[in-house]
Amino acid sequence: MKQVQLAIIGGGPAGLAAAIAARENGVEDILIIERDKELGGILNQCIHAGFGLHTFGQELTGPEYASRFIEQVEQMHIPYLLRTMVLDLSPERVLTVTGPETGLAQIRAQAVILAMGCRERPRGALNIPGYRPAGIYSAGTAQRLVNMEGFMPGKNVVILGSGDIGLIMARRMTLEGARVHAVAEVLPYSGGLKRNIVQCLEDFDIPLYLSTTVVDIHGRERLEGVTLAQVDEKRKPIPGTERYIPCDTLLLSVGLLPENELSSAAGVKLSGITGGPEVTDRLATSLPGVFACGNVLHVHDLVDFVSQEAKKAGRNAALYLKCSRNSAELVRLEGKNGVRYTVPQYIDPESMDDTVTVRFRVGQPYRDAALCAWVDGTLLRRISKRILTPGEMEQFPLRREELPAGCRNITFTVEEVAK
Amino acid sequence: MTQRQLICIGCPMGCQLTATMENGAVTAVAGNTCKRGDSYARKECVAPVRTVTGTVRCTGGTAPVVSVRTAGEVPKEKVFSVAHALNTTLVKLPVSAGDVVIADVCGTGVDVVATKNAK
Repeated sequence: MKQVQLAIIGGGPAGLAAAIAARENGVEDILIIERDKELGGILNQCIHAGFGLHTFGQELTGPEYASRFIEQVEQMHIPYLLRTMVLDLSPERVLTVTGPETGLAQIRAQAVILAMGCRERPRGALNIPGYRPAGIYSAGTAQRLVNMEGFMPGKNVVILGSGDIGLIMARRMTLEGARVHAVAEVLPYSGGLKRNIVQCLEDFDIPLYLSTTVVDIHGRERLEGVTLAQVDEKRKPIPGTERYIPCDTLLLSVGLLPENELSSAAGVKLSGITGGPEVTDRLATSLPGVFACGNVLHVHDLVDFVSQEAKKAGRNAALYLKCSRNSAELVRLEGKNGVRYTVPQYIDPESMDDTVTVRFRVGQPYRDAALCAWVDGTLLRRISKRILTPGEMEQFPLRREELPAGCRNITFTVEEVAK
Repeated sequence: MTQRQLICIGCPMGCQLTATMENGAVTAVAGNTCKRGDSYARKECVAPVRTVTGTVRCTGGTAPVVSVRTAGEVPKEKVFSVAHALNTTLVKLPVSAGDVVIADVCGTGVDVVATKNAK
């Protein structure tokens, strides 16, 4: 059986940055396994600008951002397999893979970094009634068709979901000559960046209907139209508010789900909220020698943070390969009162870095609020925030020196200062 | 004197800005929480610009399209003409990231460059 020190599953932004950091920290024998025909992952289809402001101080397109990391991987001669799918990961870190170079093969890895990214929530998860005609795509599928394959999925478009991918695709389809009739959002606010609302919708006079969803799909062979309706605060459609919009294409931009079939089959403990592995401050999962980073861990809104997190996973995998130590007593991190979850879920106060950045999302928008960290029920620190929205990942730096010895639990909450 | 409403794109606050214009110049901005709102409104009302990204069809290789961008920002009112130029251009492969695909697109003085290697 082929052996490697470090196997990285996924050659997108997370896998690339993890590989580079692992090599920088002395891991010679690395293998990146990527199922697509090229490295770069979803960045390859994100041809719009806006990536890398934090990392490079400029607004790169997705392919440009990816190429900065791909070039480094090439220069470091880090091996990778393309068109190669990991079918199984065992608790003993044996990977079963299939691809044109390997055939069906097994690889034993001393350490594994999970960097498989996420998938789009599909129509089947939405319970929209109606037929299943052609013309209904997830926004990311349409993005790949338009930006990489050169196909336009349709001419008259309705988009359900106002996350950034939906907004970006509204502009993209418009510039390619389609007419985008509406973007419908079931929530009373958009999860997308203000910048995208303005530059992708308002610039092109595309209406955004809030508290609105698709309640019926018309057409048998090809989509002929959709019925939109307003929803109440419980997201139930309000009778009498229905409106019919003829269209040949419906794009769904209704959320991303970390892709953890491999992790869960291997016995990695997953969080019910993020859908990703539960990890320590070293990004170690519950399975020894298995680390996770990027959108497989929790869905990020900025690739810059994916790269940062992945670097950390690479560094810690390298550390693990040098000396695997058993973790001492772990401190549990939790989100409550508006903080939905935290990543990491655990920290080891003995071995933690001087500062650990705890990342999380809030459950609803807040204005003039504060993020609070509580250690075993005592307030540790409060950070004032003019605005908090579910679409923006929040960060709370936890300093090693401020944690009292023997603490067991750290809770993060939102405190509303004034409403 | 005219007034224009806009939403600031500087951060998630999305402040509702009111810009007061006189003879094509912004004389006052209200509704902003910080100075980013002020400068955004002044620029957006007088000379709005955008970066345009898209794809250009390819011939002579395996990639059906290659992704491109304007190397700098172009006036907002030229966005559709630039998009049209991209949609009616054919580029011969191979192309490297950074190669000029259309020089001085639509008379803006800005080049359209490839953002990816394609062959």
